[in-house]
Amino acid sequence: MKKASTKNAVNSRSSLRPDLRNGSRSHLKNSIPAFASAPATSQKSKTVSKSLKLNGKAVAVATPVLKTSSKFKFRLAPELLIKTHGYMIKTRMLEERMIKMFKQSDGYFWLGGPGEEAFQIPLGMHGKVGQGVDYDFWHLHYRSSGILMPMGLDPMDCIRQMKNTATDPFSGGRNFCNHTSIRKWNVVPITSTIETQYLTAIGSGIAQKRNGGDSITIVNGGDAGTAEGDFASCLIWANRPGMELPMLIIVANNAWGISTAASTQHGEKNIADRGKAFGMKTRTINGLDVEESTFAIREAMDYVRTERKPFLLEARVTRLYGHSSATGANWIQGEEDPIATFEAKLEAAGIMSRKEMSDVREGFNAEMLDMAKRVKNDPMPDPSTIYDNTYFGQKGRYW
Amino acid sequence: MATMVQALRMALHYGEKNLGLAEVFGEDVGPPLGGVFTGTQGVECSWNSPLDERGIIGAAMGLAFAGRRCVAEIQFCDYIFNTIDLLKLAGNQCWASNGDWNMPMTVMTPVGSGIRGSIYHSHSFDAMMTHIPGWKIVMPSTPLDAYGLMLSCLKDPNPTMFLIPKALTRMRGEEQIPGEPALTPEGEKELRAMIDAPLGDRSQWKPRWPKLTEYVVPIGQGKIVREGEQVTVVSYGRTLPLCAQAADQLRAEGISAEVIDMRTLWPYDWEMISQSIRKTGRVVFVNEDTEVTNFGEHLVRRTVDELFYELEARPKLVAGAFTPGVGLADVLEVASVPQLSTIADAIREVAHEKA
Repeated sequence: MKKASTKNAVNSRSSLRPDLRNGSRSHLKNSIPAFASAPATSQKSKTVSKSLKLNGKAVAVATPVLKTSSKFKFRLAPELLIKTHGYMIKTRMLEERMIKMFKQSDGYFWLGGPGEEAFQIPLGMHGKVGQGVDYDFWHLHYRSSGILMPMGLDPMDCIRQMKNTATDPFSGGRNFCNHTSIRKWNVVPITSTIETQYLTAIGSGIAQKRNGGDSITIVNGGDAGTAEGDFASCLIWANRPGMELPMLIIVANNAWGISTAASTQHGEKNIADRGKAFGMKTRTINGLDVEESTFAIREAMDYVRTERKPFLLEARVTRLYGHSSATGANWIQGEEDPIATFEAKLEAAGIMSRKEMSDVREGFNAEMLDMAKRVKNDPMPDPSTIYDNTYFGQKGRYW
Repeated sequence: MATMVQALRMALHYGEKNLGLAEVFGEDVGPPLGGVFTGTQGVECSWNSPLDERGIIGAAMGLAFAGRRCVAEIQFCDYIFNTIDLLKLAGNQCWASNGDWNMPMTVMTPVGSGIRGSIYHSHSFDAMMTHIPGWKIVMPSTPLDAYGLMLSCLKDPNPTMFLIPKALTRMRGEEQIPGEPALTPEGEKELRAMIDAPLGDRSQWKPRWPKLTEYVVPIGQGKIVREGEQVTVVSYGRTLPLCAQAADQLRAEGISAEVIDMRTLWPYDWEMISQSIRKTGRVVFVNEDTEVTNFGEHLVRRTVDELFYELEARPKLVAGAFTPGVGLADVLEVASVPQLSTIADAIREVAHEKA
């Protein structure tokens, strides 16, 4: 195990997408203050509810209580931190724009992953992106835009799916927002079933085990879905003696299943502990922390890539806008916002100023607003196409 | 004179050697058993999975996503019901992604009555399966068709469901599979010696495969097994040979029945069926699934919709009783699913109905 860890330190750098190895400030432009400034920080902090301004609205967020006397130090390079921040903001602005679209009747339904950015962005940054068995396979759930963003996701495509236009490249207007499908990156179609991805992941895991190499299967889901038997199936199949699968099995634990608190349904202390019965590698982390997430993802991914065995990683995250538009899609008071936490640290560490961070937010906010305006010109699906692609390259019905 | 399971084995072997078939798996599918019906015996890429139907279907889907061709077996269709949402997903991935992804995978499962299998080894699955769009569904009634349909499934870029009529798994074919020994008692014995695993210790056993060649039954193509003029009989699977037998019996009564083996349930050969109905003006659809929301009801509805003014009698469906299961006792099973006499009576009734 130790040997693998040593190897990991090298591999983790090399596995980072080349364009992300060096940060750039080129996207830091425009300036609209959105956040109240935070004082310098220490690494360990309590949180309190604080009123911040978010997209023009005063909102309450749980913000770290920071020691103004200490300067925070990151272990990651500033360039990478800036890049990560940019993707986090870009993802958040996309999700908040889609929420607005729902509320303005420019889409029927919203659900997504605000609150998971600090974990998702590093995860997407470390993928081996491409098509076919030599690249990573992604079996994701519907809170995953932050994973796809650093892989190159075009937010306009998400906006199109939100608006269910014919130009929606993921489903042609057939599916909910954040039900992504990108074959050229091995992102299999995201479904509304909250657990079946833990089963389909088995298959690509088998294919990659047979294939050798260093590509892996990544599957993520929420804590509520782990109550389904499919999660147990995933652990069983991933750990068959002599046929262990190269799978990074992720649970993004936001502690809720729609309106039901996990604490009322789950007796296990950590979901990741369920993996211990198999003797597999497991870990539970604070998925609200960029650095902790980054290092844990590197450790887990490098283990799976090199050892060709599964790793169960549980990331504790938050659910900042509730389950979906079905529960209002309103800001949830008292949940920790990983972006607010990260920004406070960035400022305290002197890596980004409040103005620079506000500029990033403003820039992406304007970009998403422009997309939401432009998508109104996109055509809606033609009703005559309802049978298209029932079969590969064929219509359905009676032939 | 291969049996249907021997034909299946030969098709899977041909597939792994020539069509890129890389994984054949399910409960007890690999050595030493090779499937509870022995349909995978000797297949090199076969292996045993956990006892987990949802895992089996999910794994097949993931293999399909990864482009690794597989055949997944569910030991009895009675145990596939807890995978319905996965079958729905497999059938809609191409549609839901608007053609971005396809799902080249095959699931095979034994269906129906005929082995006194009681409540959980006798159910049919054709009605349920034909409710799930996006799949191609086949069900042979002869070993040669089993061979040819399996090869078609292995070539198809879509999810394919291969329903095995378990009552016919030991039935010997009257048509030679390309490469199998001669259709003689000696040939039959030779084939058994080549590809049937011995009883007892099988650890050293390896099959000697005949030099098989390609034979394909195109998906969507039915077969007229008896030509006739007065009434059309449409069936598949276990009830197909019974329909043919009934047609032979009724010929002595002066009733000329045309019997069609659908072979593919979806997409089905409507051209063949409708042409025959236009010729005879009378039709009986026969299968053994429970009669309410039966696949045959769809065929009756389409017949009425499209051919109403060409009918000379009411179209009829002969199907299984709408019971929660098939009872174990011989008389209970016989009373639950169509038998030769029920089929013959139905054909006679429709043939004699006044226009």
